[in-house]
Amino acid sequence: METGKLPPLLLLHPDDNILVARRDIAAGERVEIDGQSFSMPVAIELGHKLARRGLAADTRVLKYGAPIGSMKIAVARGEHVHLHNLRSDYLPSTSRDMDKKTDGH
Amino acid sequence: MNAVAKTNTSLKGFARRDGRKGIRNVVAVAYLVECAHHVSRLIVQKSGADDVHLIGFPGCYPNKYSLEMMQRLCTHPNVGAVLLVSLGCEGFNREQLRRTIAASGRPVDLLVIQQSGGTTRTLNAGLDIVRKMRAELAKQSAVPMGVDELIVGTVCGGSDGTSGITANPAVGRCFDWLIEAGAACIFEETGELIGCERIMASRAITPELGAEIEACVDKAANYYRIMGYGSFAPGNAEGGLTTLEEKSMGAYSKSGSSPISGLIKPGDVPPRGGLYLLDVVPDGEPRFGFPNISDNAEIVELIACGSHLILFTTGRGSVVGSAISPVIKVCANPDTYDRMADDMDVNAGRILRGAELDEVGREIYSLVESVASGELSKSEALGHQEFILTYKQFEPIGPACLPAA
Repeated sequence: METGKLPPLLLLHPDDNILVARRDIAAGERVEIDGQSFSMPVAIELGHKLARRGLAADTRVLKYGAPIGSMKIAVARGEHVHLHNLRSDYLPSTSRDMDKKTDGH
Repeated sequence: MNAVAKTNTSLKGFARRDGRKGIRNVVAVAYLVECAHHVSRLIVQKSGADDVHLIGFPGCYPNKYSLEMMQRLCTHPNVGAVLLVSLGCEGFNREQLRRTIAASGRPVDLLVIQQSGGTTRTLNAGLDIVRKMRAELAKQSAVPMGVDELIVGTVCGGSDGTSGITANPAVGRCFDWLIEAGAACIFEETGELIGCERIMASRAITPELGAEIEACVDKAANYYRIMGYGSFAPGNAEGGLTTLEEKSMGAYSKSGSSPISGLIKPGDVPPRGGLYLLDVVPDGEPRFGFPNISDNAEIVELIACGSHLILFTTGRGSVVGSAISPVIKVCANPDTYDRMADDMDVNAGRILRGAELDEVGREIYSLVESVASGELSKSEALGHQEFILTYKQFEPIGPACLPAA
Protein backbone atom coordinates (compact mmCIF):
# COMPACT_ATOMS: atom_id res chain seq x y z
CA MET A 1 0.00 0.00 0.00
CA GLU A 2 2.86 2.40 -0.77
CA THR A 3 1.34 5.61 -2.14
CA GLY A 4 4.37 6.20 -4.31
CA LYS A 5 3.72 3.05 -6.31
CA LEU A 6 0.17 3.99 -7.25
CA PRO A 7 -0.49 6.30 -10.20
CA PRO A 8 -1.03 9.82 -8.79
CA LEU A 9 -3.97 10.58 -11.12
CA LEU A 10 -7.33 8.83 -11.14
CA LEU A 11 -9.60 8.44 -14.15
CA LEU A 12 -13.01 7.85 -12.53
CA HIS A 13 -14.94 7.06 -15.72
CA PRO A 14 -13.79 6.40 -19.32
CA ASP A 15 -15.88 9.33 -20.62
CA ASP A 16 -14.34 11.84 -18.20
CA ASN A 17 -12.32 14.78 -19.51
CA ILE A 18 -10.79 15.50 -16.09
CA LEU A 19 -8.53 13.47 -13.78
CA VAL A 20 -8.45 13.58 -9.96
CA ALA A 21 -5.28 13.81 -7.85
CA ARG A 22 -4.93 10.78 -5.59
CA ARG A 23 -2.36 12.69 -3.50
CA ASP A 24 -0.67 16.12 -3.52
CA ILE A 25 1.36 16.44 -6.74
CA ALA A 26 4.21 18.94 -7.08
CA ALA A 27 4.70 21.26 -10.06
CA GLY A 28 7.18 19.72 -12.49
CA GLU A 29 6.48 16.16 -11.27
CA ARG A 30 6.23 13.65 -14.14
CA VAL A 31 2.82 12.01 -14.34
CA GLU A 32 1.15 9.85 -16.93
CA ILE A 33 -1.97 10.99 -18.78
CA ASP A 34 -3.47 8.35 -21.09
CA GLY A 35 -0.16 6.55 -21.39
CA GLN A 36 1.88 9.66 -22.15
CA SER A 37 4.42 11.07 -19.73
CA PHE A 38 3.65 14.67 -18.84
CA SER A 39 5.27 17.32 -16.65
CA MET A 40 2.79 18.95 -14.23
CA PRO A 41 2.51 22.66 -15.10
CA VAL A 42 1.19 23.50 -11.58
CA ALA A 43 0.99 21.84 -8.17
CA ILE A 44 -2.27 20.01 -7.53
CA GLU A 45 -3.66 19.08 -4.12
CA LEU A 46 -5.30 15.79 -3.18
CA GLY A 47 -8.89 15.65 -4.45
CA HIS A 48 -8.45 18.44 -7.00
CA LYS A 49 -9.01 18.08 -10.76
CA LEU A 50 -6.92 18.66 -13.85
CA ALA A 51 -7.73 18.63 -17.56
CA ARG A 52 -7.23 15.23 -19.20
CA ARG A 53 -6.93 17.00 -22.57
CA GLY A 54 -7.24 20.55 -23.89
CA LEU A 55 -10.76 21.86 -23.16
CA ALA A 56 -12.42 24.69 -25.12
CA ALA A 57 -14.58 27.32 -23.44
CA ASP A 58 -18.16 26.06 -22.81
CA THR A 59 -17.05 22.41 -22.88
CA ARG A 60 -19.17 20.26 -20.59
CA VAL A 61 -16.87 18.82 -17.93
CA LEU A 62 -17.50 15.16 -17.11
CA LYS A 63 -16.61 13.48 -13.79
CA TYR A 64 -17.93 10.03 -12.79
CA GLY A 65 -19.19 10.11 -16.41
CA ALA A 66 -21.68 12.84 -15.45
CA PRO A 67 -21.69 16.58 -16.24
CA ILE A 68 -20.42 18.74 -13.36
CA GLY A 69 -20.45 22.14 -15.13
CA SER A 70 -19.02 24.00 -18.13
CA MET A 71 -15.65 25.60 -18.82
CA LYS A 72 -15.65 29.41 -18.52
CA ILE A 73 -12.40 29.65 -20.54
CA ALA A 74 -10.21 27.27 -22.54
CA VAL A 75 -7.51 25.29 -20.71
CA ALA A 76 -4.59 23.17 -21.85
CA ARG A 77 -3.98 19.55 -20.88
CA GLY A 78 -2.75 19.18 -17.30
CA GLU A 79 -4.12 22.51 -16.09
CA HIS A 80 -5.91 22.79 -12.76
CA VAL A 81 -9.70 22.78 -13.33
CA HIS A 82 -11.45 24.66 -10.53
CA LEU A 83 -13.44 27.78 -9.57
CA HIS A 84 -11.35 30.07 -11.81
CA ASN A 85 -12.25 28.26 -15.02
CA LEU A 86 -15.25 25.95 -14.35
CA ARG A 87 -18.81 27.11 -13.59
CA SER A 88 -21.92 25.34 -12.39
CA ASP A 89 -24.78 24.81 -14.84
CA TYR A 90 -27.15 25.08 -11.86
CA LEU A 91 -26.25 27.40 -8.99
CA PRO A 92 -23.15 29.53 -8.38
CA SER A 93 -20.63 28.26 -5.82
CA THR A 94 -19.86 30.48 -2.86
CA SER A 95 -16.66 31.66 -1.23
CA ARG A 96 -16.00 33.17 2.22
CA ASP A 97 -16.14 36.64 0.64
CA MET A 98 -19.94 37.09 0.68
CA ASP A 99 -19.94 39.65 -2.14
CA LYS A 100 -18.06 37.43 -4.51
CA LYS A 101 -19.68 34.55 -6.30
CA THR A 102 -17.11 32.48 -8.10
CA ASP A 103 -19.10 32.10 -11.29
CA GLY A 104 -18.90 35.58 -12.61
CA HIS A 105 -22.58 35.47 -13.55
CA MET B 1 -24.58 -11.94 -3.76
CA ASN B 2 -23.89 -10.57 -0.32
CA ALA B 3 -20.17 -9.94 0.14
CA VAL B 4 -20.68 -9.64 3.89
CA ALA B 5 -20.20 -12.87 5.78
CA LYS B 6 -23.52 -13.86 7.32
CA THR B 7 -22.64 -13.93 10.98
CA ASN B 8 -26.21 -14.29 12.25
CA THR B 9 -25.06 -12.28 15.23
CA SER B 10 -28.03 -10.77 16.93
CA LEU B 11 -28.07 -7.09 17.76
CA LYS B 12 -29.07 -5.85 21.20
CA GLY B 13 -32.41 -4.05 21.26
CA PHE B 14 -34.81 -2.45 23.71
CA ALA B 15 -38.41 -3.41 22.91
CA ARG B 16 -40.99 -0.61 22.60
CA ARG B 17 -44.75 -0.87 22.75
CA ASP B 18 -45.17 0.13 19.06
CA GLY B 19 -43.20 -2.98 18.00
CA ARG B 20 -40.01 -1.14 17.17
CA LYS B 21 -36.75 -1.74 19.02
CA GLY B 22 -34.11 0.75 20.09
CA ILE B 23 -30.33 0.25 20.20
CA ARG B 24 -29.99 2.73 23.08
CA ASN B 25 -32.12 3.45 26.14
CA VAL B 26 -31.83 7.20 26.46
CA VAL B 27 -33.56 9.59 28.87
CA ALA B 28 -34.30 12.71 26.79
CA VAL B 29 -34.54 16.07 28.55
CA ALA B 30 -36.39 18.42 26.18
CA TYR B 31 -36.66 22.19 26.46
CA LEU B 32 -39.73 23.59 24.74
CA VAL B 33 -38.39 27.13 24.23
CA GLU B 34 -34.91 28.66 24.41
CA CYS B 35 -35.88 30.22 27.76
CA ALA B 36 -35.90 26.69 29.26
CA HIS B 37 -32.65 25.63 27.59
CA HIS B 38 -30.23 26.44 30.40
CA VAL B 39 -32.28 24.74 33.11
CA SER B 40 -32.60 21.66 30.90
CA ARG B 41 -28.88 21.65 30.19
CA LEU B 42 -28.14 21.87 33.91
CA ILE B 43 -30.36 18.85 34.55
CA VAL B 44 -28.48 16.86 31.88
CA GLN B 45 -25.03 17.96 33.07
CA LYS B 46 -25.68 17.46 36.77
CA SER B 47 -27.28 14.05 36.18
CA GLY B 48 -23.73 12.95 35.43
CA ALA B 49 -24.98 10.22 33.10
CA ASP B 50 -23.99 9.75 29.44
CA ASP B 51 -27.39 8.32 28.58
CA VAL B 52 -29.27 11.51 29.51
CA HIS B 53 -29.49 13.60 26.32
CA LEU B 54 -30.50 17.21 25.74
CA ILE B 55 -32.92 18.00 22.90
CA GLY B 56 -35.36 20.85 22.34
CA PHE B 57 -36.89 23.57 20.24
CA PRO B 58 -35.86 27.22 20.73
CA GLY B 59 -38.78 29.13 19.20
CA CYS B 60 -41.64 30.74 21.13
CA TYR B 61 -44.06 30.66 18.16
CA PRO B 62 -45.95 27.43 17.49
CA ASN B 63 -45.05 25.45 14.35
CA LYS B 64 -46.65 22.23 13.09
CA TYR B 65 -43.33 20.82 11.82
CA SER B 66 -41.47 21.31 15.10
CA LEU B 67 -44.29 19.75 17.13
CA GLU B 68 -44.36 16.77 14.75
CA MET B 69 -40.57 16.46 14.93
CA MET B 70 -40.54 16.59 18.74
CA GLN B 71 -43.27 13.93 18.90
CA ARG B 72 -41.26 11.65 16.60
CA LEU B 73 -38.01 12.27 18.45
CA CYS B 74 -39.50 11.74 21.93
CA THR B 75 -41.05 8.44 20.80
CA HIS B 76 -37.95 7.32 18.88
CA PRO B 77 -37.05 3.70 19.67
CA ASN B 78 -33.68 4.77 21.16
CA VAL B 79 -35.55 6.91 23.74
CA GLY B 80 -36.78 5.20 26.89
CA ALA B 81 -38.16 8.12 28.90
CA VAL B 82 -38.66 11.88 28.51
CA LEU B 83 -38.60 14.91 30.80
CA LEU B 84 -40.15 18.01 29.22
CA VAL B 85 -39.06 21.43 30.50
CA SER B 86 -41.25 24.44 29.69
CA LEU B 87 -40.84 28.03 30.77
CA GLY B 88 -44.62 28.34 30.87
CA CYS B 89 -45.70 31.06 28.47
CA GLU B 90 -44.31 29.74 25.14
CA GLY B 91 -46.51 28.65 22.26
CA PHE B 92 -45.30 25.04 22.09
CA ASN B 93 -48.17 22.55 22.51
CA ARG B 94 -46.60 20.80 25.50
CA GLU B 95 -49.76 18.94 26.50
CA GLN B 96 -50.08 17.29 23.10
CA LEU B 97 -46.41 16.31 23.20
CA ARG B 98 -46.82 14.89 26.70
CA ARG B 99 -49.95 12.92 25.68
CA THR B 100 -48.16 11.47 22.63
CA ILE B 101 -45.23 10.30 24.75
CA ALA B 102 -47.48 8.85 27.45
CA ALA B 103 -49.54 7.01 24.81
CA SER B 104 -46.32 5.37 23.58
CA GLY B 105 -45.92 3.74 26.99
CA ARG B 106 -42.84 5.74 27.98
CA PRO B 107 -42.39 7.38 31.37
CA VAL B 108 -42.85 11.14 30.81
CA ASP B 109 -42.90 14.15 33.11
CA LEU B 110 -43.32 17.87 32.60
CA LEU B 111 -41.75 20.70 34.58
CA VAL B 112 -42.97 24.26 34.05
CA ILE B 113 -40.31 26.63 35.37
CA GLN B 114 -42.75 29.43 36.18
CA GLN B 115 -44.80 27.02 38.30
CA SER B 116 -41.88 25.12 39.82
CA GLY B 117 -40.40 28.30 41.26
CA GLY B 118 -37.41 29.12 39.06
CA THR B 119 -34.04 27.68 38.10
CA THR B 120 -32.88 25.92 41.26
CA ARG B 121 -36.20 24.37 42.22
CA THR B 122 -36.79 23.13 38.65
CA LEU B 123 -33.26 21.76 38.48
CA ASN B 124 -33.66 19.83 41.73
CA ALA B 125 -37.06 18.48 40.71
CA GLY B 126 -35.62 17.54 37.28
CA LEU B 127 -32.65 15.68 38.77
CA ASP B 128 -35.00 13.71 40.98
CA ILE B 129 -37.22 12.79 38.02
CA VAL B 130 -34.27 11.79 35.82
CA ARG B 131 -32.82 9.62 38.60
CA LYS B 132 -36.12 7.74 38.92
CA MET B 133 -36.47 7.37 35.15
CA ARG B 134 -32.97 5.92 34.85
CA ALA B 135 -33.64 3.49 37.67
CA GLU B 136 -36.82 2.40 35.87
CA LEU B 137 -35.01 1.95 32.53
CA ALA B 138 -32.20 -0.01 34.19
CA LYS B 139 -34.74 -2.74 35.00
CA GLN B 140 -35.41 -3.28 31.30
CA SER B 141 -33.42 -6.12 29.78
CA ALA B 142 -32.23 -6.16 26.20
CA VAL B 143 -33.88 -8.40 23.61
CA PRO B 144 -32.46 -9.90 20.40
CA MET B 145 -32.80 -7.65 17.37
CA GLY B 146 -32.19 -8.36 13.69
CA VAL B 147 -30.49 -6.23 11.04
CA ASP B 148 -33.89 -6.25 9.30
CA GLU B 149 -35.25 -4.19 12.21
CA LEU B 150 -32.67 -1.44 11.72
CA ILE B 151 -33.11 1.94 10.10
CA VAL B 152 -29.81 3.54 9.07
CA GLY B 153 -29.44 7.10 7.82
CA THR B 154 -26.52 8.67 5.99
CA VAL B 155 -25.33 12.25 5.74
CA CYS B 156 -22.18 13.95 4.50
CA GLY B 157 -20.51 16.99 6.02
CA GLY B 158 -17.37 18.85 5.07
CA SER B 159 -17.21 17.09 1.70
CA ASP B 160 -14.13 17.41 -0.48
CA GLY B 161 -12.73 15.95 -3.69
CA THR B 162 -12.12 12.60 -1.99
CA SER B 163 -15.65 12.10 -0.57
CA GLY B 164 -17.23 10.88 -3.79
CA ILE B 165 -14.36 8.49 -4.50
CA THR B 166 -13.86 6.80 -1.13
CA ALA B 167 -16.23 7.24 1.84
CA ASN B 168 -19.46 7.84 -0.07
CA PRO B 169 -19.29 4.83 -2.42
CA ALA B 170 -18.09 2.69 0.54
CA VAL B 171 -21.22 3.70 2.48
CA GLY B 172 -23.15 2.91 -0.70
CA ARG B 173 -21.81 -0.68 -0.65
CA CYS B 174 -22.73 -0.98 3.02
CA PHE B 175 -26.24 0.33 2.23
CA ASP B 176 -26.66 -2.28 -0.53
CA TRP B 177 -25.79 -5.09 1.92
CA LEU B 178 -27.94 -3.68 4.74
CA ILE B 179 -30.91 -3.48 2.37
CA GLU B 180 -30.21 -7.04 1.18
CA ALA B 181 -30.38 -8.06 4.85
CA GLY B 182 -33.78 -6.36 5.19
CA ALA B 183 -32.85 -3.02 6.77
CA ALA B 184 -34.30 0.36 5.77
CA CYS B 185 -31.70 2.91 4.67
CA ILE B 186 -32.26 6.65 4.20
CA PHE B 187 -30.22 9.16 2.21
CA GLU B 188 -31.11 12.83 1.97
CA GLU B 189 -30.52 16.49 1.20
CA THR B 190 -32.22 16.91 -2.14
CA GLY B 191 -30.45 20.29 -2.38
CA GLU B 192 -27.21 18.31 -2.54
CA LEU B 193 -28.59 15.99 -5.21
CA ILE B 194 -29.17 18.75 -7.77
CA GLY B 195 -27.87 17.40 -11.05
CA CYS B 196 -28.60 13.74 -10.14
CA GLU B 197 -32.38 13.95 -10.50
CA ARG B 198 -32.70 11.96 -13.74
CA ILE B 199 -30.33 9.17 -12.69
CA MET B 200 -32.15 8.95 -9.36
CA ALA B 201 -35.59 8.90 -10.97
CA SER B 202 -34.53 5.96 -13.14
CA ARG B 203 -33.87 3.95 -9.96
CA ALA B 204 -37.37 4.49 -8.54
CA ILE B 205 -39.52 1.35 -8.23
CA THR B 206 -42.38 3.05 -10.14
CA PRO B 207 -42.39 5.78 -12.83
CA GLU B 208 -44.75 7.84 -10.63
CA LEU B 209 -42.22 7.78 -7.78
CA GLY B 210 -39.52 8.75 -10.31
CA ALA B 211 -41.58 11.80 -11.29
CA GLU B 212 -41.98 12.75 -7.61
CA ILE B 213 -38.19 12.49 -7.12
CA GLU B 214 -37.50 14.75 -10.11
CA ALA B 215 -40.09 17.24 -8.85
CA CYS B 216 -38.59 17.34 -5.37
CA VAL B 217 -35.09 18.07 -6.72
CA ASP B 218 -36.62 20.85 -8.89
CA LYS B 219 -38.21 22.22 -5.73
CA ALA B 220 -34.81 22.18 -4.00
CA ALA B 221 -33.07 23.94 -6.92
CA ASN B 222 -35.78 26.61 -6.96
CA TYR B 223 -35.63 27.07 -3.19
CA TYR B 224 -31.85 27.49 -3.11
CA ARG B 225 -31.97 29.81 -6.14
CA ILE B 226 -34.30 32.14 -4.22
CA MET B 227 -32.08 31.92 -1.14
CA GLY B 228 -29.15 33.00 -3.34
CA TYR B 229 -26.78 30.16 -2.44
CA GLY B 230 -26.63 26.46 -3.08
CA SER B 231 -25.54 23.99 -0.42
CA PHE B 232 -21.87 24.56 -1.12
CA ALA B 233 -19.43 25.75 1.56
CA PRO B 234 -16.02 27.39 1.04
CA GLY B 235 -14.36 24.30 2.52
CA ASN B 236 -15.87 22.18 -0.26
CA ALA B 237 -13.95 24.29 -2.80
CA GLU B 238 -10.74 24.25 -0.76
CA GLY B 239 -10.98 20.46 -0.86
CA GLY B 240 -11.18 20.37 -4.65
CA LEU B 241 -14.92 20.50 -5.36
CA THR B 242 -15.90 23.21 -7.84
CA THR B 243 -19.63 23.05 -8.49
CA LEU B 244 -22.81 22.03 -6.70
CA GLU B 245 -23.54 19.29 -9.25
CA GLU B 246 -20.03 17.89 -8.73
CA LYS B 247 -20.65 17.77 -4.98
CA SER B 248 -24.05 16.20 -5.71
CA MET B 249 -22.61 13.38 -7.81
CA GLY B 250 -20.21 12.53 -4.99
CA ALA B 251 -22.92 12.72 -2.33
CA TYR B 252 -25.26 10.62 -4.45
CA SER B 253 -22.92 7.63 -4.34
CA LYS B 254 -23.80 7.17 -0.64
CA SER B 255 -27.12 5.75 -1.84
CA GLY B 256 -25.46 2.64 -3.32
CA SER B 257 -27.19 0.83 -6.16
CA SER B 258 -30.45 -0.50 -4.68
CA PRO B 259 -33.79 0.53 -6.21
CA ILE B 260 -35.36 3.58 -4.52
CA SER B 261 -38.47 2.38 -2.65
CA GLY B 262 -39.88 5.69 -1.51
CA LEU B 263 -39.65 9.44 -1.04
CA ILE B 264 -40.30 10.53 2.54
CA LYS B 265 -40.34 13.80 4.50
CA PRO B 266 -39.00 14.55 8.00
CA GLY B 267 -40.89 12.44 10.54
CA ASP B 268 -42.06 9.79 8.04
CA VAL B 269 -40.82 6.36 9.15
CA PRO B 270 -40.04 3.90 6.30
CA PRO B 271 -42.82 1.28 6.34
CA ARG B 272 -40.46 -1.61 5.49
CA GLY B 273 -36.91 -2.39 4.39
CA GLY B 274 -35.41 -0.76 1.31
CA LEU B 275 -33.80 2.49 0.21
CA TYR B 276 -35.57 5.79 0.86
CA LEU B 277 -34.84 9.37 -0.18
CA LEU B 278 -35.61 11.99 2.47
CA ASP B 279 -36.85 15.32 1.10
CA VAL B 280 -35.60 17.93 3.57
CA VAL B 281 -36.46 21.07 1.56
CA PRO B 282 -39.59 22.83 2.87
CA ASP B 283 -42.72 23.13 0.71
CA GLY B 284 -43.99 26.46 -0.55
CA GLU B 285 -42.12 29.73 -0.83
CA PRO B 286 -39.00 30.10 1.36
CA ARG B 287 -40.28 31.28 4.72
CA PHE B 288 -37.97 30.43 7.60
CA GLY B 289 -34.53 30.57 5.97
CA PHE B 290 -32.16 27.94 4.63
CA PRO B 291 -33.58 24.38 4.65
CA ASN B 292 -30.94 22.95 7.00
CA ILE B 293 -28.60 25.44 8.56
CA SER B 294 -25.96 22.85 9.52
CA ASP B 295 -25.25 19.11 9.34
CA ASN B 296 -26.94 18.34 12.65
CA ALA B 297 -30.27 19.68 11.35
CA GLU B 298 -30.12 16.94 8.71
CA ILE B 299 -29.11 14.32 11.28
CA VAL B 300 -32.06 15.25 13.51
CA GLU B 301 -34.46 14.82 10.57
CA LEU B 302 -32.96 11.39 9.76
CA ILE B 303 -33.48 10.44 13.42
CA ALA B 304 -37.07 11.71 13.34
CA CYS B 305 -37.58 9.24 10.46
CA GLY B 306 -36.57 6.46 12.86
CA SER B 307 -32.84 6.15 12.10
CA HIS B 308 -31.18 4.09 14.83
CA LEU B 309 -27.75 5.24 13.77
CA ILE B 310 -26.16 7.59 11.28
CA LEU B 311 -23.28 7.00 8.86
CA PHE B 312 -21.56 10.38 8.52
CA THR B 313 -19.00 10.78 5.73
CA THR B 314 -16.52 13.63 5.84
CA GLY B 315 -13.54 14.76 3.79
CA ARG B 316 -12.52 18.00 5.47
CA GLY B 317 -13.14 16.49 8.90
CA SER B 318 -16.24 16.82 11.09
CA VAL B 319 -16.32 15.96 14.79
CA VAL B 320 -20.08 16.03 15.49
CA GLY B 321 -22.23 13.30 16.95
CA SER B 322 -25.88 13.56 17.93
CA ALA B 323 -28.37 13.24 20.72
CA ILE B 324 -30.57 10.09 20.58
CA SER B 325 -28.78 8.10 17.83
CA PRO B 326 -25.08 7.21 17.52
CA VAL B 327 -23.09 8.72 14.66
CA ILE B 328 -20.39 6.64 12.92
CA LYS B 329 -17.75 8.81 11.24
CA VAL B 330 -16.39 7.59 7.88
CA CYS B 331 -13.40 9.70 6.83
CA ALA B 332 -12.91 10.08 3.07
CA ASN B 333 -9.56 11.88 3.04
CA PRO B 334 -6.45 9.98 4.21
CA ASP B 335 -4.64 13.19 5.22
CA THR B 336 -7.65 14.31 7.30
CA TYR B 337 -7.75 10.88 8.91
CA ASP B 338 -4.10 11.15 9.91
CA ARG B 339 -4.84 14.57 11.48
CA MET B 340 -8.11 13.66 13.21
CA ALA B 341 -7.97 9.88 13.80
CA ASP B 342 -9.38 10.20 17.35
CA ASP B 343 -12.69 11.40 15.89
CA MET B 344 -12.93 8.93 13.01
CA ASP B 345 -14.41 5.43 13.14
CA VAL B 346 -13.36 4.40 9.63
CA ASN B 347 -10.44 5.43 7.40
CA ALA B 348 -12.05 5.20 3.94
CA GLY B 349 -9.24 7.41 2.61
CA ARG B 350 -7.02 4.34 2.51
CA ILE B 351 -8.86 3.47 -0.73
CA LEU B 352 -6.70 6.19 -2.34
CA ARG B 353 -3.64 4.36 -1.02
CA GLY B 354 -4.65 1.04 -2.51
CA ALA B 355 -7.37 -0.50 -0.30
CA GLU B 356 -10.47 -2.06 -1.88
CA LEU B 357 -13.84 -0.31 -1.75
CA ASP B 358 -15.56 -3.56 -0.70
CA GLU B 359 -13.15 -4.05 2.19
CA VAL B 360 -14.02 -0.60 3.57
CA GLY B 361 -17.72 -1.24 2.93
CA ARG B 362 -17.47 -4.45 4.98
CA GLU B 363 -15.73 -2.60 7.80
CA ILE B 364 -18.60 -0.08 7.91
CA TYR B 365 -21.15 -2.90 7.88
CA SER B 366 -19.56 -4.71 10.83
CA LEU B 367 -19.29 -1.39 12.70
CA VAL B 368 -23.03 -0.88 12.17
CA GLU B 369 -23.57 -4.31 13.76
CA SER B 370 -21.32 -3.64 16.74
CA VAL B 371 -22.64 -0.11 17.43
CA ALA B 372 -26.17 -1.51 17.11
CA SER B 373 -25.15 -4.05 19.77
CA GLY B 374 -24.12 -1.41 22.27
CA GLU B 375 -20.52 -0.55 21.36
CA LEU B 376 -19.88 3.20 21.45
CA SER B 377 -18.93 5.07 18.28
CA LYS B 378 -16.01 7.54 18.49
CA SER B 379 -18.24 10.63 18.68
CA GLU B 380 -20.43 8.95 21.31
CA ALA B 381 -17.42 8.07 23.47
CA LEU B 382 -16.20 11.67 23.16
CA GLY B 383 -19.56 12.91 24.46
CA HIS B 384 -20.79 14.55 21.27
CA GLN B 385 -24.56 15.01 21.54
CA GLU B 386 -25.23 17.93 19.18
CA PHE B 387 -28.84 18.79 18.44
CA ILE B 388 -30.58 21.50 16.42
CA LEU B 389 -34.20 21.98 15.39
CA THR B 390 -35.58 25.04 13.63
CA TYR B 391 -38.78 26.26 11.94
CA LYS B 392 -39.97 24.61 8.72
CA GLN B 393 -43.12 24.02 6.71
CA PHE B 394 -44.09 20.78 4.95
CA GLU B 395 -47.10 19.34 3.17
CA PRO B 396 -47.73 15.59 3.65
CA ILE B 397 -46.21 13.27 1.01
CA GLY B 398 -48.38 12.29 -1.96
CA PRO B 399 -49.68 8.74 -2.64
CA ALA B 400 -47.02 8.08 -5.34
CA CYS B 401 -44.20 8.60 -2.83
CA LEU B 402 -44.59 5.26 -1.08
CA PRO B 403 -45.66 2.71 -3.71
CA ALA B 404 -46.93 -0.69 -2.56
CA ALA B 405 -47.65 0.75 0.88
